[in-house]
Amino acid sequence: MSVQTKTPVIKLLQGNEACAEAALVAGCRFFAGYPISPSSEIAEHLSVRMPQAGGRFIQMEDEIAAMGAIIGAAVTGAKVMTATSGPGYSLKQENIGYAAMAEIPCVIINVMRGGPSTGLPTMPAQADVMQARWGTHGDHPAVALTPASVRETYDETIRAFNIAERYRVPVTVLIDEIIAHMRERVVIPDLEEIALWERPRPHVPPDQYRAYEETPSGVPPMADFGSGYRYHVTGLYHDQRGLPNDTPEVVDALQRRLMRKIETAIPEIAKYEEVNLAIKEARIGIVAYGASARSAKAAIRMARHQGIGVGMLRPITLWPFPEAEVAALAHRMRHLIVVEMNLGQIALVVERIAKGACPVHRVNRVTGEPIPPEQILEQIEKLAKS
Amino acid sequence: MFQYDKYLRLEMFPHIWCAGCGCGIVMKSLIRAIDRLAIKNDDICMVSGIGCSSRLTGYVDVNTLHTTHGRPVAFATGVKMAKPSLHVIVITGDGDALAIGGNHFIHAARRNMDLTVLLFNNGIYGMTGGQLAPTTPTGKVASTARQGSIDPPFDACKLAVAAGATYVARGTSYHTQQLDRLIEGAIKHKGFALVEILENCNTYYGRPNKIGLLDLLQWEKNNTLNVKAAERMTPEQLEGKILTGLLHQSDRPEYVASYESLMARVQARAGAAD
Repeated sequence: MSVQTKTPVIKLLQGNEACAEAALVAGCRFFAGYPISPSSEIAEHLSVRMPQAGGRFIQMEDEIAAMGAIIGAAVTGAKVMTATSGPGYSLKQENIGYAAMAEIPCVIINVMRGGPSTGLPTMPAQADVMQARWGTHGDHPAVALTPASVRETYDETIRAFNIAERYRVPVTVLIDEIIAHMRERVVIPDLEEIALWERPRPHVPPDQYRAYEETPSGVPPMADFGSGYRYHVTGLYHDQRGLPNDTPEVVDALQRRLMRKIETAIPEIAKYEEVNLAIKEARIGIVAYGASARSAKAAIRMARHQGIGVGMLRPITLWPFPEAEVAALAHRMRHLIVVEMNLGQIALVVERIAKGACPVHRVNRVTGEPIPPEQILEQIEKLAKS
Repeated sequence: MFQYDKYLRLEMFPHIWCAGCGCGIVMKSLIRAIDRLAIKNDDICMVSGIGCSSRLTGYVDVNTLHTTHGRPVAFATGVKMAKPSLHVIVITGDGDALAIGGNHFIHAARRNMDLTVLLFNNGIYGMTGGQLAPTTPTGKVASTARQGSIDPPFDACKLAVAAGATYVARGTSYHTQQLDRLIEGAIKHKGFALVEILENCNTYYGRPNKIGLLDLLQWEKNNTLNVKAAERMTPEQLEGKILTGLLHQSDRPEYVASYESLMARVQARAGAAD
């Protein structure tokens, strides 16, 4: 059976299923996972679909092993993915750091549930957003995408592979449990229209290949293990040949290149949606992502009926954060409201970016329930009256 | 004279191992085994964890993956599954494989994943400065067991057999000719193969325990016994001896082969449905 679809097809898909199918479309041919709610449907689905597609599926002994296995598969040239939830994401952080350091393309799906610890299995939260940025030790680049619908989960999973491959970086897709378990109508895009990005591969013969050489983009070409290009991959600081080296100049150059390659790629990685920001009378700006942004959209509609001008900036690429856009919003609006299913993780970021240009308010819920539009509307009404 | 150069990254030398360390002896044995099997450098992937022995991957001119502490077997599983044509050799230590990486070790054995695992057992954490390892003999001194260890040590080979490994051998850094053959057999074996190699750390095990390098090597000689010779000996004669040689070999479906036949079945069924 092929994973190709010739014409656009409409399907009723669960978020986790959409993620799994999109991974196959993106070219993922290796999946390693460990059972954890609420992400298990991704592994279950791929256990059937991966062998059909000629790919490899393996259920590992733990979350750490699953992350290690996908990195091992990635160095042979495969596009790879694992899926987990908060507690498993914590366990994977060690090897996510390895992937950042050794520049191994890989995709990690984190279907967020309430934490800390075992927390709230199979109930929604958005409490891993800071972990997606700073979860592993040391300064490191991070890319995280936050879809707000099942169709967007499909698109963002494909985009996660594209970014991971082109920039040789681990990419996390932060799906909240609501989106992961929701079933929605999905118009499957025509495969011809889906752009797939591949990792840069060497164009020089093996004897001239330097596995971690400086390039204008900051991304070195990556050879497949077993293709005749023998080189060393390590989590230690390493020189341009990939060999361990801890001299200050080498350490500084590598650390800064790892950060720079993502910073300079922001124009290609950035993605956000603007809602009602074009309207002139908008004086209140919302920043929300994932399922919370759906509630915020409903609240915006309700506020508009009352004649209150509210707009929203919805980051789809959460990391790197849309700093310039949020800064501009802070200068244009009288108030900003950050809506999220945690106690203000992204609000802290927005406050830092706003630099006091306008007050930053918070609408949060950490009860394992989605944020109802009324809770957001209440905050909007209060600010409109002030 | 055997030429090691074609298997080494000479620009990486001198190596970081202490004078008298067993790691270099084992590395040379591994290279001789590969040479005997005439496997091309391009077709070998060596995967290591963290520790003194795991630094070996930096020195050999094959596809090398120096991973995180305890995880090389997990990474190697991904390499082997994704590219079965590669000979995947795991370089690991006793702390790496039996403490922090114990789970990966037993599960790869259970799956009978086609990996060659060389477990360098020096009975101590050398790289971090001589802390207690899961293999330190009871009563011996370590920097985190200054009054003598009260922990019983692991038997890596028994553990591997119990977990389902299909080739289990033990050698030492003293008996290098035997070690060459054991490693050669492990690489040839289709399935999970373990060679535990008793070696010495004279810096962090010998010195605190007041055992000199020569005595450490003598210990490897005097306290081990080939499993074949042991067959003819009485329990009294075997008292306190560690068996070396090929301890266990069995035949069981190998994991990647099982996956590939599953894949073929699934695809044939789909083809029939079309």
